[in-house]
Amino acid sequence: MGAERLAVSVEDVLHVADLANLELTAEELPRMAKDLNAVLGYIAQMSELDTSAVEPMAQVGQVLGLRAAVGGETLRADVVRASVDRGAVMAEAPETDGRFFKVPKVIER
Amino acid sequence: MVEAKRLVETWTVAKARAAVVEGRVLAAALAEEHYERIAAVDPEIHSFLALTRERAMAQAEKVDAAVKAGDQVGPLAGVPVGIKDVLTVKGVVTTAGSKILEGYRPPYDATVVRKLEAAGAVVLGKLNCDEFAMGSSNENSAYGPVKNPRALDRVPGGSSGGSAAAVAAELCVASLGTDTGGSIRQPAAFCGVVGVLPTYGRVSRYGLIAFASSLDRVGPFARSVEDAAVMLEVLAGPDDMDATSSQEAVGGYKTELGKGVDGLRIGVPEEYFGEGLNTEIRAAIEKALDGLKAAGCTIHKVSLPHTKYAVPTYYVIATAEASSNLSRFDGVRFGLRSEEARTLAAMFRNTRDEGFGPEVKRRILLGTYVLSAGYYDAYYRKAQQVRALLTRDFVEAFETVDVIVAPVTPTAAFKLGEKTDDPLQMYLEDIYSVAASLAGICGMSVPCGETADGLPIGLQVLGKHFDEATMLRVGAAVEAAQTSA
Repeated sequence: MGAERLAVSVEDVLHVADLANLELTAEELPRMAKDLNAVLGYIAQMSELDTSAVEPMAQVGQVLGLRAAVGGETLRADVVRASVDRGAVMAEAPETDGRFFKVPKVIER
Repeated sequence: MVEAKRLVETWTVAKARAAVVEGRVLAAALAEEHYERIAAVDPEIHSFLALTRERAMAQAEKVDAAVKAGDQVGPLAGVPVGIKDVLTVKGVVTTAGSKILEGYRPPYDATVVRKLEAAGAVVLGKLNCDEFAMGSSNENSAYGPVKNPRALDRVPGGSSGGSAAAVAAELCVASLGTDTGGSIRQPAAFCGVVGVLPTYGRVSRYGLIAFASSLDRVGPFARSVEDAAVMLEVLAGPDDMDATSSQEAVGGYKTELGKGVDGLRIGVPEEYFGEGLNTEIRAAIEKALDGLKAAGCTIHKVSLPHTKYAVPTYYVIATAEASSNLSRFDGVRFGLRSEEARTLAAMFRNTRDEGFGPEVKRRILLGTYVLSAGYYDAYYRKAQQVRALLTRDFVEAFETVDVIVAPVTPTAAFKLGEKTDDPLQMYLEDIYSVAASLAGICGMSVPCGETADGLPIGLQVLGKHFDEATMLRVGAAVEAAQTSA
């Protein structure tokens, strides 16, 4: 995983921005490409380590050998109880009819 | 200017509570006194983003009424506190330092806010921070940077810069911050206050606006280790509303401080004292280690061999999780919606373009990149494997020592604007803090002298998973050696 193979082009940044639903301006693009290359170049040093026999760690509990909550022993009882008030939630929405969130049309004609 | 509107005295949690409980001062007057100082001093510091005067006064009057009636009051009765703006307070503007949440009033309280108020604390307001807690200098706040009360041309650290600065400037007695890669410990070090990173799972995160879910933690800032211990005792414990909160029993942290440190084994990791560490910081920590030895501790060299991979690993995992967590900000349910868009797809993109600042966009892009097809194994899976190695380093070291002592930062507080042009340089600020974040162990920063220029130096104590009690005891011994020196 050499530095050259990692080089991120402006097209790559555009592709990733698209995946992330980010709009980038013409000024932002080259700057982001430069920064991403610098950071990814630094990150590449991880490849010095042989990790072929290492189990990936997603959560701290894995290492502690804590029981996972799969058996439900650390989950709360599954009972109906009051939640956040709908009116209070809808009051913060940019656009709503009081029951649903409203958004612009999905397909442009 | 920080001298303006001095408080009657430098309050600690213990002093403030005692004064309120013994009827020497009203909780309402204590809150008012702090609001006056905030009005006089905070225009320079910029630590508060919103004040919650009405709520604070109602709470203070409730405490005063309980005292008058002779009722039992909580361990934080009347203590004025501030809350980092990534934690929700019902009905109070909560922005996470971002334009995308400008004016957002959450419909519920974070569990930690509820717990503080149940213990009698008076919430004065919301504290400035880097946007979505992403930053090491507080310069990424969309609402302007916080200045370091100890040197106004310098950063307070980040991302919980406002939480550290407000406590250092005596604008509140204690505060809440959050730490994903060092965001409590580093600003505590830069501002000369105590900051505690509890073990992952120790404190509920319900009501915390998520940045990186496998790393995010909530913890206290205070002006003494004892105050931090009292705060942690209130905050800790399981929560029905956070499935990642632990059932592990909470210690009597304040009481345990009385045990002292005689016989404790202190580990000193060589990897944290290498090239790049400022010589004054090194000297201050070595002096503190001598103090611990004099107090009966034994000092042992330990090795954490994967330390150099901590920053790269962190910036893969944290940004990957952030790219996922921040997808919820899309203009549909809360916060900003771009006026520009005529279709749903354009609305998402324009809203996120207008709402997010450059550092947040950079991290979303990086996180999306490392998770994208063709790169997942090389970056994300690899980082998860290295994370396991980094964690194993600590678990093995803790087989022979009780705590680890290290610097918090390679340098003291740097100048505003000094590192803003180079993201990688800014990321390297986190070199001594991110490994503990990845491993999920507890940590703290405790003041340990100052540089020749008068800038605070922080010493980091790292403890075993769920052993905050021993970590705090060592922190208290370091603090005691400072005050007696």
